[in-house]
Amino acid sequence: MQEIPKPSKKQPCHPLDDLIRTDRIPHIWCPGCGIGTVFSSCLAALKGSGINLGKTVMVSGIGCSGRAAGYVKLDSFHTTHGRAIPFATGLKLANPELNIVVFSGDGDLFAIGGNHFIHAARRNMDMTVICVNNLNYGMTGGQVAATTPYLAKSTTTPVGNPETPFNLPLMAYACGATYVARWTMLHTRDLTDSITEAIGKKGFSFIEALSPCPVNYGRRNKQKPLDMLKVYQKKAIIKNDADPSTLDIDFEKGIILGKFVDVDRPTFIEHYDKIYRPSRLQENVPGLNS
Amino acid sequence: MKPAVLTGEYFMTGDVACAEGALAAGCRFFGGYPITPATEIAERMALRLSHVDGCFIQMEDEIGAMAAVLGASWGGVKSMTATSGPGFSLMMENIGLGICTETPCVVVNVQRGGPSTGLPTHGAQSDMMQARWGSHGHYEIIALAPSSPQEIFYLTITAFNLSEKYRLPVLIMTDEIVGHMSEKVIIPEAKLIEIVSRPRPKGRKDRFKPFAPGPNGVAPMPAAGEGYNLHITGLTHDEKGYPVMAVETQTEMVARITEKIQRNLDDIIRTDDFLLDDAEIAVISYGVSVRTSMAAVAEARKLGIKAGLLRLVTIWPFPEHQICKLADRVKGFVTVEINLGQIHREVERCVGGKVPIFLVGHPGGTIIHPDSVVNLLKEAF
Repeated sequence: MQEIPKPSKKQPCHPLDDLIRTDRIPHIWCPGCGIGTVFSSCLAALKGSGINLGKTVMVSGIGCSGRAAGYVKLDSFHTTHGRAIPFATGLKLANPELNIVVFSGDGDLFAIGGNHFIHAARRNMDMTVICVNNLNYGMTGGQVAATTPYLAKSTTTPVGNPETPFNLPLMAYACGATYVARWTMLHTRDLTDSITEAIGKKGFSFIEALSPCPVNYGRRNKQKPLDMLKVYQKKAIIKNDADPSTLDIDFEKGIILGKFVDVDRPTFIEHYDKIYRPSRLQENVPGLNS
Repeated sequence: MKPAVLTGEYFMTGDVACAEGALAAGCRFFGGYPITPATEIAERMALRLSHVDGCFIQMEDEIGAMAAVLGASWGGVKSMTATSGPGFSLMMENIGLGICTETPCVVVNVQRGGPSTGLPTHGAQSDMMQARWGSHGHYEIIALAPSSPQEIFYLTITAFNLSEKYRLPVLIMTDEIVGHMSEKVIIPEAKLIEIVSRPRPKGRKDRFKPFAPGPNGVAPMPAAGEGYNLHITGLTHDEKGYPVMAVETQTEMVARITEKIQRNLDDIIRTDDFLLDDAEIAVISYGVSVRTSMAAVAEARKLGIKAGLLRLVTIWPFPEHQICKLADRVKGFVTVEINLGQIHREVERCVGGKVPIFLVGHPGGTIIHPDSVVNLLKEAF
C-alpha cells in the first residue's frame, strides 16, 4: 500500500474532514470512479442540512458504494449484501429519533435488495436512500446488473446484455416513495441540494446518482474515463416533475434528471403510533427504551 | 397499558409462552415473517408489544426480519424474531452478521419436518446441526432447547440474558409439538425475574473500541446515536470495528467471538438429570424428546433396567464435559431425538468408543413413543 504523507499542521484540512474517518484513507475506490463525488455530495448535504449529526446513521450494503459507511465519521453500519434497508428499518423503529441515510449501489439496492426497497417505500419508512448507479457490479469485477443497459457488455454478458434495465425513479414512485430525484455525479450542486432536501424531508426519499465505473464498465464498453462524464454533460435533460414512466435511461437521446416526486404522506411510525401506541403521540416519547 | 409481565397462572401454548417470556425479558422489538408453526409467536408479539410501548413489524421476508432485528439491537432495544426451518435457512446469513458484529438478539426456531417445505404442521428436531453451523465461517453459538410451555417461558428469558451478556444471537430450538401444546404456565412476579442487559461502555467516547473485550471476554456495547461514531461491519475487523484484511486480524477476531463462549461454558451450559446418579445406561435427550425419555426411563426402572436421563437444556455449546464424565461410569448410552442422529453424533464423539451407544430417532412428523426407547433398552442392554 502506498505511504500517505501525514498532513502537516499548516496544511489546510478539507472542509468535510470532520465527517470522514481520515484514519481509513486511502479509500478503495478506483481512479475515475464517481462514488467519491456522490459521497462528498452526501457529506456536504449532511453538514448543510442542519440535522443533528450525532443522531444520524449511515447504513450501507455490500459493494463499492457500500464502502461509504466505512469512511463516514458517524455511526455507520456496513451490513450484508442487499440488506441495508431492512437493517436501517430496525434501527429507525428502535429509535425514531435517528436520521437514517442508506448509501449503497444499484446491485445491492435493486437486485439482491430489491424486495426490501419496494416494501420500505410502500411503508413510507422514514429514511433517505441514495443509490450510486454505475450500471454494473464493480466490486466483483464488472458483471451485469439490473441497471445495465440493453446490449452493454459485462463479464457475464460478454456479447451484450439481453435484459432490460430498471427505471429506478419509476419503481420508487410506483412503490410509494415520497421524494424521488435523479442526478449524475457531474451535477454535484444539484445532487447536494437534492440530498439536503431529502434528508430534511420525512418519509421514504430516494435519489439515484449516476456515476461512472471506467475500470469495469467503461473499459468493456469502449468508453474512456472521460466519455461517460461527457455524456452526463451533453445528454442531460433537466426536467423536474417529469412523468416517472418516461425516465428510462437513454444515453443517445438523453438522460432525464431532476426531482420527480415530492409529496407528503404519513410514515410507518406515524401510522403505527396512531393505531398501536396512541399514548406515545400524547407523550412524545422519543425512543423505545425511555 | 398492560404490564410486560403478566403475573398469574395460565393455560398457554408454547408459542404464546415464548412471546410472554420475551416480553418479561425486556424484548421491545419483533421483526418477523409468518411461518407455520411459529406464526403464533409473531401474532402474540404484534398485539402485546403495543401494550408495552414496543414495536412489531412484519417484514417482507425472513432475511429482512433478521436484518431488522440486528438493526433494532444496535438501536439499543432488545429484539427477537421467530421462525421455522425454511425461514431459519433464510436468516442464516444475517445470523452470521450478528455473530461477527457481536449483536445481542434472540432467534426462535419452532422446528418442523424438513428438508425444504417438509412437514409444516408436524414437529421435528432436525435443524440442530444447522443451528450449530448454518451460517458460514467458524463461530460459536448458543442454542437452548425447551421441552414444555412453562420452560419455553423461562428459557426465552435465559436466552435474552445470555445474548445480552455475551453479545451474540441466541437460538431457541423448540419444535412444533412444544410450540402448539397447551399446558399450565405460571408467570411469576416481575421482581422475581432476573434480567441481564448488555454491558454499557464507560469513559471517553472518542477512545471507545466496540470490540475490545472486557474481563469476561465481552466488549461493552453502546447504541447508535449515543455519540460513539461507531463503525460496525461484517468484514473482518479489529477492536475498533475497522475492517482489516489480514490473517492476524482474522485470527484475533475469530478468537474473540469463540473464546467469549468457550471461556464461560460453566455459566452458559445447563443440563438437568433424572434418576441419573445410579444409572448404568444414560439416555441423552433434549427438547420435546425429554418427555419421551423421562417416561421411558421411568418405565425401564420398573422393568429393572437401571436407566437415567441426562437432559441437555443448552445444546450449543455442547455439554461435552458432562457426557465425557458419564462415559467413564455408565455401561451404555441412548440418544433420543426427532432426526436420524444429529446430536447423537456429538454424543458419540464425546463417548469416544468407551461404551456402546444407540440412537432412537426418526425423521420427524411426530413425537417419539416411549415404547421405542424402552424396547431398545430391553434389547440392547
